[in-house]
Amino acid sequence: MKKKFFALPYLVWMVLFTVVPLILIFVYAVFTTTDTGEIIFTTQYLKQALSPENLSVLWRSLEYAVITTVICLILAYPAALILSRLKSKVGAIVNLLFVIPMWMNFLLRTYAWRALLDSNGPINQFLGWFGLPPQELLNTEGAVIMGLVYNFLPFMLLPISSVFSKIDQSYIQAAEDLGANKWQVLRKVIFPLTVPGVITGITMVFMPVVTTFVISRLLGGSYYMMFGDLLENQFMLLKDWNTGSALAIIMMVLMVLSMAIMRKYDKEGESKTLW
Amino acid sequence: MKRIFSLLLALLLVAALLCSCSGGAKTTLYLLNWGEYLDPDLITEFEDQNPDIKVKMTTTTTNEEMYTVCATEGTKIDIVIPSDYLVERFIAEDLLAELDFSNIPNFKYVEKAAQNRTFDPENKYSVPYFIGTVGIVYNTKLVDDPVDSWEILWNEKYSKKIMMYDSIRDSIMVTLAYLGYDINSVNPDELAEAGELLLKQKPFVRGYGADNIKEDMVGGSVALAVDYSGSAVQAIMENEDLAYVVPKEGSNVWMDNFVVLKSSANKEAAERFINFMCDPQVAARNSEFVGYTTPNEAALEYVDEEFTSNSAYTIPDDVLERCKYFKDLGDNMQLYNDVWMKIKTSA
Repeated sequence: MKKKFFALPYLVWMVLFTVVPLILIFVYAVFTTTDTGEIIFTTQYLKQALSPENLSVLWRSLEYAVITTVICLILAYPAALILSRLKSKVGAIVNLLFVIPMWMNFLLRTYAWRALLDSNGPINQFLGWFGLPPQELLNTEGAVIMGLVYNFLPFMLLPISSVFSKIDQSYIQAAEDLGANKWQVLRKVIFPLTVPGVITGITMVFMPVVTTFVISRLLGGSYYMMFGDLLENQFMLLKDWNTGSALAIIMMVLMVLSMAIMRKYDKEGESKTLW
Repeated sequence: MKRIFSLLLALLLVAALLCSCSGGAKTTLYLLNWGEYLDPDLITEFEDQNPDIKVKMTTTTTNEEMYTVCATEGTKIDIVIPSDYLVERFIAEDLLAELDFSNIPNFKYVEKAAQNRTFDPENKYSVPYFIGTVGIVYNTKLVDDPVDSWEILWNEKYSKKIMMYDSIRDSIMVTLAYLGYDINSVNPDELAEAGELLLKQKPFVRGYGADNIKEDMVGGSVALAVDYSGSAVQAIMENEDLAYVVPKEGSNVWMDNFVVLKSSANKEAAERFINFMCDPQVAARNSEFVGYTTPNEAALEYVDEEFTSNSAYTIPDDVLERCKYFKDLGDNMQLYNDVWMKIKTSA
């Protein structure tokens, strides 16, 4: 009984700032007031939210998020593996080097990339020394993906390297004693043990990337609309809270689906091997 | 002992309560402003001159946010500095207090600029604060054609060296003006035509920017950009190769204004503050701090020559004549959004 009492402040907080807003968004998305003042259920806002233009914005955002997550995973997993093999002192320093950039505001870091990628910037000046013509690096899709990977890489690396550091070395020794080669140890022992970290990493990269829009504005020249832009437009510019809420609901459904899929894999990974 | 202690504590609490009550005779004015849009020294100066008033300033980044804050019931805000079309919307929704101009004698300095304000035609609710236009900033080293028409933004010669403004209204306004239509048009055919032109332009636009247009122009990698005069003033100061022009087809003029909310309990104090800000010398200092053009005629002689010689700072009468204020489009904004979505989702 006493333990429950301590959870009360958080419970109140959660109801006020999570549950109530969620209900409000839901109400805005599927209810409308008729001319006579009646409140009725409607799917018109959901239909509007699913217009071809909006869907193309959504796909683009998801596409960017998938590409970013995959690149982050490819970069972070081997890095975490190597980090776990380093001597503890060296490892701590390298770990710190990964975290230090996060102490700076991410907007500042992104602005720095603007200067680097500019057609008069250092990268193009460097190319110029070799007689190469200046490249248009800024305001391209490549610049956006690069900015996203750069900003979200630590969120993939940290959870994976933390599970790596918790692996009990005796498992690996046992596998080696029983005749497994290096590749088999990695595939059958180390990888299954790190799946929870990978899942956390994917969640922490994928979800925020889908709704980010600042990076595409700064590095992509706002060439395409992102899902975050779309939401901002609906609420702030058009004051269409209903369609905006419907868009938010669609996004939430997608998030819940992707989380459910990942949890399924997670459970399988714990019981036997993933592949 | 313990009892005496708690008694003392109680007395102390009562005393503290009384103190805060007597201090409450001071009026606190809540000002909702844009970021970096008022010289903070001037607030201190105003408080020194009016010891009974304290000014608290909060800032916002968009008119939309400003509207939301002010339209929320129970808002504490007294003075707001909305743009023209938001003033119109505030008036339509009956959120503004009618100003008592006998408390604002300095209004005479901004009276000329206050003429022809379509958003407050009778000059009842708002006092001009800053004024500016939308035009083209260009780099004279990169552009060899004369820049006097919006047409140059569709010139493929400058492909990937043109920047448009990342705002639905501004980009469509430029196109409507170029086509010779009203910049407040809600005619679907005209808007569709504008949309097609913008779509045609997209492949050779370097990007759609906002605040970053200034730094990109100063950096020298962009030849032409649509920008606000206020931001152009600073760009020209930082890079003397840049120049600013309001095209001959006309453009948008904007004005930010002081208004007092109807719900304000401190209207008289608010009017005193507005009057203070309209003092020519105060307005000149503020204009130098912010970098935007003051609509205060008498202030211009106090403004540093660094500004008055800048092609983006001064707004000649003939430019003002061919420019129009934005109207609040209300639900018709959806028409603009539909056009814009097509542009922003096309490959």
